[in-house]
Amino acid sequence: MKYLFILVVSCFLSCKSEVKTEVKLTANLPPLEIHDFSGVEPYLNLEGPKTYVVNFWATWCAPCVKELPYFEAIQAKYIEDVEVILISLDFPRQYESKLKPFLYKHQLKSKVVVLDDPDMNYWIPKVDSNWDGAIPVSLIYNSSKRSFYKRTFAYNELEAELKTFLTTK
Amino acid sequence: MNVIYSLLIFFAAVLTTDSVDNGYDIGDIATDFNLENIDGKFVSLSDFNDAKGFIIVFTCNTCPYAVLYEDRIEALNKKYASQGYPLIAIMPNNVQTKPGDSMKSMKQRAIDKGFTFPYLMDAGQKIYPQYGATKTPHVYILESTTRGPVVRYIGGIDDNYKDATLVKTNYVEDAIEALKKGNLIKQTTTKAIGCSIKL
Repeated sequence: MKYLFILVVSCFLSCKSEVKTEVKLTANLPPLEIHDFSGVEPYLNLEGPKTYVVNFWATWCAPCVKELPYFEAIQAKYIEDVEVILISLDFPRQYESKLKPFLYKHQLKSKVVVLDDPDMNYWIPKVDSNWDGAIPVSLIYNSSKRSFYKRTFAYNELEAELKTFLTTK
Repeated sequence: MNVIYSLLIFFAAVLTTDSVDNGYDIGDIATDFNLENIDGKFVSLSDFNDAKGFIIVFTCNTCPYAVLYEDRIEALNKKYASQGYPLIAIMPNNVQTKPGDSMKSMKQRAIDKGFTFPYLMDAGQKIYPQYGATKTPHVYILESTTRGPVVRYIGGIDDNYKDATLVKTNYVEDAIEALKKGNLIKQTTTKAIGCSIKL
């Protein structure tokens, strides 16, 4: 009985400390950059010298999470010529419980911007007139070319698509 | 006469394959279906003899946007089924990919949430591509006519997924109210974020 008590107490203590560590670790992350669409729109129309790869995703979207490492790999490999911007559609109530722990766990190097704008019928057509709102979707653009993708990518597919932009510049 | 008819079908086929996105446009005749409901019975549009129209919602258990709209689609059915516009929910995902959308899970969710509308499984994923649904939730409002059920509205449910109390425009309600009065629907298509249908 005594041992059971110790077991229960020690489990309780260790569980509690785990929760604490998790909170502390995510607290060290830079604050989320959260915008309504007017704040996100400039990222869809950057006029710098790079090719911009924009991906709309969310932690709860399984196909999005699956392709996220490919965008990260592209950012790492083409760091001089490409800027990857990951636009999260996570829900505000899950910023602390889901999104921040996800960003911490996966140590994303790409820029993450959070879009919080419920008037979807207003802003979805402004991203692309052919998009009806299903995610994931991606946008690749530079000063001479712009394409919108209603699909998921494997790494080699994403890289092949990106190369068509890097050669057109 | 047969020649003209064949030509018409030929041109219709050409037009359909030409369009970028397959599926229905406003004014198209929607296909009927015969899909299994959570009670084990099969449901078709033609079962509803007196229906003036339908609110077809492609939805599922597992998409957070679909979940946010569960209470609202239940409210739509409560309000409009008795007025001749029943709501029919169709689950379009491949359950191998999304086990949380299995028939068993659909039944459980319907019990938990007290759904009063049919919640059908698009077994074999044959129906959603004909409609052109791409995501959950995705709404099609049909109007019963002598030619068959005509597509009158395609899109989202309202303009605030986060908070039903902050909604300014109820797209679906506005469309049904217009149909009831015989008026033109102001917004026949709207865009909304949703989870891509899982193959």
